[in-house]
Amino acid sequence: MEAKVPTRMGDGFMVELTRSELRADIETATQEAARKAKVPPLAPDELDHLLDIYASRAAFTAVDIGDQVVLSCDGGGSKMTGTDLLDLLESEQRLGQDILELWHIEYSYKAIKTILPFQQQVMQNVQLMCTAPVQYGAQPNLAFYSKPDGPADNWFELLPRGDIAGARAAIDEAMDHATKDFIYVGEGMLDAGADGMDFDTTGGAGDADFFSTLRAVRHLRGKYPDAGIEVGMAGEFVIGVHGELEWEGRRLAGLWPRDQLEVCQDAGATIFGPAVNIRTGKSCAWNAAYSITVTKPCMDVARIPVHPNVGEGVGGVPVNGYPPEDAASRAAKAHVDILRCDGL
Amino acid sequence: MDVTHALAAGMGGMRTAGDLVARMQMARGMRLPDAKAYVADKLGCTVRDLSDSYAMEQIRGEKGLGRILDHSNLHPGEPNAMTAKFRIAELLGVPISSVERFRELAGL
Repeated sequence: MEAKVPTRMGDGFMVELTRSELRADIETATQEAARKAKVPPLAPDELDHLLDIYASRAAFTAVDIGDQVVLSCDGGGSKMTGTDLLDLLESEQRLGQDILELWHIEYSYKAIKTILPFQQQVMQNVQLMCTAPVQYGAQPNLAFYSKPDGPADNWFELLPRGDIAGARAAIDEAMDHATKDFIYVGEGMLDAGADGMDFDTTGGAGDADFFSTLRAVRHLRGKYPDAGIEVGMAGEFVIGVHGELEWEGRRLAGLWPRDQLEVCQDAGATIFGPAVNIRTGKSCAWNAAYSITVTKPCMDVARIPVHPNVGEGVGGVPVNGYPPEDAASRAAKAHVDILRCDGL
Repeated sequence: MDVTHALAAGMGGMRTAGDLVARMQMARGMRLPDAKAYVADKLGCTVRDLSDSYAMEQIRGEKGLGRILDHSNLHPGEPNAMTAKFRIAELLGVPISSVERFRELAGL
């Protein structure tokens, strides 16, 4: 009888699977990813390596010496709220983070706009005390610009009524407000000494969310040629809420990571963060294989660093408030070893 | 989770040369092999040294690039934080916004 090894499901629950069952999961996932994203499946040697990582009984795993990559993060390292400076010092001095990130619990550009001077002061103080680069992060969250939270009509109410033109007009109005806010906050934080900006969970409200972010990225790149600009995505596939938005002739709706990367680097981003959402009912081995297959085509066309998201609920890391270290470390090693990515 | 990733795959920040390689990714959009090669050349070390905390503790100390401070490893009189960033900007040949701002605000 084949021995079983402890492994995780996408929600973090520990189960026991045989090596054969894990191999079946990995092979099924790469075929499904290849079919959906219209990309090549992983090669046999890559599947073998992935299986070795996930069929191990080790409590922790890591990349080989010398293969370490740059870590960026959305939110500070230890994510303590209300102690920005101490949190970032801890992240730098104790966790050894490569890129620090100042953030606020109201993690939307629309909300940050109202407290910008407060965040600028924190950034100035942080920069005096920290050695590692510090970027400022928040989410575009375009939906906050629709009623009842914002000024534009709510396209998610208009679309079900069949008012396509009205919905698109509302989205256009929201995008104008959003891009202005992203630029206002971006300029403010970069003027305060930030080493870069992070547009985190971009595309969360679909193609218009992505488009309004790309416009801000292009503006900031033009004005701040030495600033870091990281665009981290919300998911593997850009949802076409508007449906007709194009970036330099490329329709944004329906873009997978390789195409997302290309528009981001053309707009002026310096780091791209693809995100592939977890399937909680599948094993972490399945999820890692799926994520790596979908992301791998990025590596051939990237002119800028690619940092796949391996946070809670993305990139093969369980969606759990305390992602188990055995699963998170396997996801990190799997992405670095197979993708040869530039960071995480 | 941040601890997990730092140990599993991270370069090590200012325990090593992770912050320096990160600056080349951010400011110049350099892919990882290019950024590592650039920093190693500037430091006069091997690429593998960049994520070796033993090697980099010595190199950072020699070049005044800032080191981790704890109760058994203190370096009073040595550059750290903002003062180390002046040296990092010069070493890497990239402007650091907070250094430029500090220079302006201090009237240097």
